[in-house]
Amino acid sequence: MRITMTVDGTSYTDDVEPRTLLVQHLRENLGKVGTVIGCDTSNCGACTVHLNGRSVKSCSVLAVQADGAEITTIEGLERDGQPHPVQQAFHENHALQCGFCTPGMIMQSIDLLGDTPDPSEEQVREGLEGNLCRCTGYQNIVKAVRAAAGELGAKR
Amino acid sequence: MTETVDRELGKARTRKEDARLISGRTRWTDNITLPGMLHMAILRSPVARAGIGKIDTDQARASSGVVAVFTGADLAAEQGSLPCAWPITEDQKSPNAPSIADTTVNFAGEAVAVVVARSAAEARDAVDLIDVDYEDLPVVLDLETAAGDEEVIYPELGTNCSANWVFDSAQAGSGGDVEDAIRDADVVVRRKFRQQRLIPAFMEPRSVLVDPTGPQTTMYSATQVPHILRLMLAMSLGVPEHKIRVIAPDVGGGFGGKLQVTPEEFLTFLIGRRLGKPVKYTETRTESLLAAHHGRDQIQRLTLAARGDGTITGLKVELLADMGACLRLVTPGVPILGAFMFNAIYKIPAYHFSCTNVFTNKVPTDAYRGAGRPEATFGIERMMDELAVEIGVDPLEIREKNWIKHEEFPYTTVSTLTYDSGNYEAATARATELFGYPELRAEQARRRENGDPVQLGIGVSTFTEMCGLAPSRVLGSLNYSAGGWEHAEVRMLPTGKVEVVTGSSPHGQGHDTAWSQIVADRLGVPFEDVEVLHGDTQISQRGMDTYGSRSLVVGGIALVKALDKVIEKARPIAAHLLEAAEDDLEFTAGSFGVRGTGAAGVTIADIALAVFAAHDLPDGAEPNLDSEASYDPENFSFPHGTHLCATEVDTETGAVRIRSYVCVDDIGKVVNPLIAEGQVHGGLAQGIAQALYEEAVHDEFGTLTTASLADYLVPSAMDLPRFTTDMTETPATSNPLGVKGVGEAGTIASTPAVVNAVLDAVRQFGVRDIEMPCTPQRVWQAIQGGSK
Repeated sequence: MRITMTVDGTSYTDDVEPRTLLVQHLRENLGKVGTVIGCDTSNCGACTVHLNGRSVKSCSVLAVQADGAEITTIEGLERDGQPHPVQQAFHENHALQCGFCTPGMIMQSIDLLGDTPDPSEEQVREGLEGNLCRCTGYQNIVKAVRAAAGELGAKR
Repeated sequence: MTETVDRELGKARTRKEDARLISGRTRWTDNITLPGMLHMAILRSPVARAGIGKIDTDQARASSGVVAVFTGADLAAEQGSLPCAWPITEDQKSPNAPSIADTTVNFAGEAVAVVVARSAAEARDAVDLIDVDYEDLPVVLDLETAAGDEEVIYPELGTNCSANWVFDSAQAGSGGDVEDAIRDADVVVRRKFRQQRLIPAFMEPRSVLVDPTGPQTTMYSATQVPHILRLMLAMSLGVPEHKIRVIAPDVGGGFGGKLQVTPEEFLTFLIGRRLGKPVKYTETRTESLLAAHHGRDQIQRLTLAARGDGTITGLKVELLADMGACLRLVTPGVPILGAFMFNAIYKIPAYHFSCTNVFTNKVPTDAYRGAGRPEATFGIERMMDELAVEIGVDPLEIREKNWIKHEEFPYTTVSTLTYDSGNYEAATARATELFGYPELRAEQARRRENGDPVQLGIGVSTFTEMCGLAPSRVLGSLNYSAGGWEHAEVRMLPTGKVEVVTGSSPHGQGHDTAWSQIVADRLGVPFEDVEVLHGDTQISQRGMDTYGSRSLVVGGIALVKALDKVIEKARPIAAHLLEAAEDDLEFTAGSFGVRGTGAAGVTIADIALAVFAAHDLPDGAEPNLDSEASYDPENFSFPHGTHLCATEVDTETGAVRIRSYVCVDDIGKVVNPLIAEGQVHGGLAQGIAQALYEEAVHDEFGTLTTASLADYLVPSAMDLPRFTTDMTETPATSNPLGVKGVGEAGTIASTPAVVNAVLDAVRQFGVRDIEMPCTPQRVWQAIQGGSK
């Protein structure tokens, strides 16, 4: 099937098999390998991207379902060479170790802060429940998201 | 030490690694694509034990894009046996360990056929078209039944027991006879504990890419051990070592799970070379849970003897350890590492340890974060609580009565290790203060008195571990096939920048940052001017890789030694440039100057440029400041700490909630507190997960029923508490940095702290033990059973 989508500001038109997952399309056809695959049951959230501004696990969306959509991946967050405040907060709060879950974790955190601009610790933990990290014990991730909330709030 | 030095070591630097990782500029193995690259997929056995009959691959071969299909028969002549580097006894029994099953399969998930195709999707499609006739054989799953040899998995071995390993303090001359101690004891506590089977569950599934098109065959692999992998490929497959290059690009976690030389690596290597094309294999999560090695899986029988006042007089440990279907890289040695840790921080006059390693029809076990030491720590720390209950004293009091006092170091234990330093009193004092121990005990008493449906429990774990694996001589005495040294190389570039090559191979630990701090500390160059290289055998020719909390304690010291050589090479050149005597020079903050003059000297960067030009060097000086060093530790290091956990147990539902978790670890000198704290957090998460959530479960046929992340419960942010962490600092005396290692501490310490806390909440109902993981169902059933 022929589909067209905008990914990180670039428009792509491709023929894909109907069964192709969005994450496969991003990685294998568009070279967007910053988005990774951690499982095959949509439990880990490593592949989280934004589809029309909302977070989705790109392993649970067919590429054809994203026809006409605007996708943002971890590779499309920087503005003028500067990292997104959530990216920066992950760095400053040591919210990553191996970094494999990080793309999905950051994309989900941005979505979470869109819904809940000043989340409590409990709200952050709930909002990230679908994203697994094996390295950090989540403590610094929670800290980073709340720090980013402060940063984003100050900018508003 | 200079001011620069003091500022850099111990500084909470944010990580250099992060810039790429937070923006998706990553180099995971599965991200790498090479021209002409083919994709491999594996057909895995759905049954745990069977003879292999006919394998029909015709349809698969005819499927679109399929280049080749291989079965065990096709590769039998060249696949050899996967290596085991740790024969723990002379008469250890070890079955053949094929990468792909030939005549029989011995665990569900074992490779049976391989498809190579143009795309990963085509390869997987074709795998589904292969038809295999399995001739079922009786499966051997239960560890104790297996040890009884009712059904023997490998008739040629005559038994399911691989080896029996014994340490006895009376024989070793390090203590008394444990049977005497038990006979003469006022109190004897006997318990049987089960260490459930766990799965390391690193977030990046394993991936391997083999490129046979260059002068060397290059293997990219998501591995913790590129150097060991290269050596094992050479030794096991008979390919000359110098014709192999191994690269560990970005590696997404390991936790021991990627401390392995895997069937998938061997298969990709053999097939890539046979086809003459780059071949990539990336496992699915289900394959990862099924076929990557598992961890733990022991049955522990413990006997603790004590006097009436709680003074321990003897400890007897009898283990059964599940090897799974065959021996992988260090499978048999994992429980043996525990032999030295059951005595923990305590003065135990008599000790006996025996372990029987047993085969079952399950995926092999091997190292998982802590490897042998969490098992031992769980055993002894649970027993300390049981002894406290038996005698009727506070669990902290029973520990204090028996632990090694800080003024008694160095202390040689009953299992013959010499602990160089420690201060259990200080860590415990700080932990109880942060925890609010007396207040929580008071609340616990109130809730008990009121019959509150939610009961409070307090768990203690005062742990130590041996890490910094390891002194090569010790490894040799334990029959391990390799040494435990580490290597580092320092390259001084003409512009004053520094490239450091380490033989350690990070996968999340932050070496780039910590190593840069050590270089900045020692050479006085800016932190930003250091680049740390690793994980490619063409760049890092010598190394022993990353596991066992060894990177800083062994690799970091190798780096210090190499840096000191750079300074010594630079000294005569500095003297020449300054027209001064070498003995009059001092090196501070990155500069050589004449002692006592305060005059401007020459920086190490100046000297690097002078050496590059080489126009004005002293006679005979080598125009090169580069240096390298290998370091073999003389002893292990012994981090320790006090972990306190408060759990709320809902007695009506069995649900356990961690109300607070406090740990005070002593890891010696800290290079980067941010990284060290992060390691503790992650370790705690895994240890708590063993206590409460995770278990690899097999059904009666040997099928893994927890083969997805929906079923194998890696905890989410909702499942874990906020931790309170702190450190005391008792420097190691066995290395020049005073460091001890931190990678495994949290995992080792936390499991018994949590389980002790759960039991402390429900012991009042007659509950003596709850098997891990302490799920609501198990806790509820224990309460019901106990109160009858």
